[in-house]
Amino acid sequence: MTEVFDGIVVGGGIVGCACAYYLSERFPKVLLIEKGPVGGGSTAAGMGHVVVMDDSRAQFALTQYSQQLWNELFPQLEPSCEPRSTGTLWVAADEEEFSHVDGKRKLYESNGLRAEVLDTKAIREAEPHLREGLPGGLLIPGDSVIYPMTAAAWLLDQARLRGAKLLQGRAVVKMGQGKTTLDDGTTLDAHFVVNATGDRAQTLTPGLPITPRKGHLIITDRYPGYVRHQLVELGYLKSAHEMSNESVAFNAQPRATGQILLGSSRQFVGWDPGIDRNLIAKMVARATEYLPGIGSLSVIRTWVGFRATTPNSLPLIGSLQHDPATLVAAGHEGLGITTSLATGKLIADIASGVESKIDRNPFAVSVEVKS
Amino acid sequence: MTVRINGKEFEVSPGTSVAAALLNIGYSGFRRSETGESRGPVCGMGICLECRVQIGGVRHVRACMVTCQDHMEIETDA
Repeated sequence: MTEVFDGIVVGGGIVGCACAYYLSERFPKVLLIEKGPVGGGSTAAGMGHVVVMDDSRAQFALTQYSQQLWNELFPQLEPSCEPRSTGTLWVAADEEEFSHVDGKRKLYESNGLRAEVLDTKAIREAEPHLREGLPGGLLIPGDSVIYPMTAAAWLLDQARLRGAKLLQGRAVVKMGQGKTTLDDGTTLDAHFVVNATGDRAQTLTPGLPITPRKGHLIITDRYPGYVRHQLVELGYLKSAHEMSNESVAFNAQPRATGQILLGSSRQFVGWDPGIDRNLIAKMVARATEYLPGIGSLSVIRTWVGFRATTPNSLPLIGSLQHDPATLVAAGHEGLGITTSLATGKLIADIASGVESKIDRNPFAVSVEVKS
Repeated sequence: MTVRINGKEFEVSPGTSVAAALLNIGYSGFRRSETGESRGPVCGMGICLECRVQIGGVRHVRACMVTCQDHMEIETDA
């Protein structure tokens, strides 16, 4: 009498929704369980930058593959998902940073992506509110922006049209060996289960090396055209790798509404949800070094979110060695909106026992099982 | 002192807020909502954000929170 699902996905953030999206193409009985709103949590807190990142070869492959998948979906997405081809403009703060720009261009071009070096004049033509005298930057025109919450909900809607089910409002307290136990004591059976609970994944799969890394974001009122591309300082990865307790890097995104989304901060402070006013001030000061007029714009809201950080900055995508029916799709740090789709594909490939378009080994899951 | 409102000069007393200046002249609509509806000041103390105008080229400035300065450029419905 008990229904046995092909696969149960735990977590309705964008990664879980992408898993449901691609699993439902191959399996008729997929269930996604989400205790809160779909596309909440870190998904709702994120910027929604679809970006190819050159942090490591594996990260480049995963982000590039994901971006191709997003590009395939863009024509189908609802307008509320706000897909926009803004490109990314990596901004050099000084000549030292600018000296690395051409190497970065070659890397993107050798992987078949467009990349254009902008000099001091061209960068101001591209972004008139950038300060005078910046040496230049690198434009990656293929990058884009989406609205993560609605995109997650859209992915799940498509999965449900293909027959996937959603169980909302119930928390999962235990999962493994094909069994999923809910907070009301119900146990559900499936051939495989997917832990897509992001920065909380280590609570359901003990031993996963995931640590929450807090970030603050700021959003302004509507100033259409003030910023045209997603602007990121070239030193961004330096900040991302800074393992000290606190770092700030300039990142500004034009939203479809004309609002400007301003980042970024990184802190290891557990799940403390409070807004740190001093850190907000540091983020604005950092942004002012690039956009001197930004301080005259009205901010309407600030918030925080938690990135699911792993030791090597790569997500964990794969099955557990000691429990192959449990798959993990978590640990996406600050790139989960981009890498959600490739993650969903890889999970569907693993579940159906087929090869993937990219090497899955760098994302293999190893868990310290404590006795 | 004088301010320019939508390109026209007006005399105002020192210490007048931009919102008061606009109301004295007869403006009730200060801005347009996203769907084009007219909006004007409600709270007069910086909370409701309904009185936003453009001042000196900067959009979304709360008219009730800014005191008129000589030669200030103010635009409504910007």
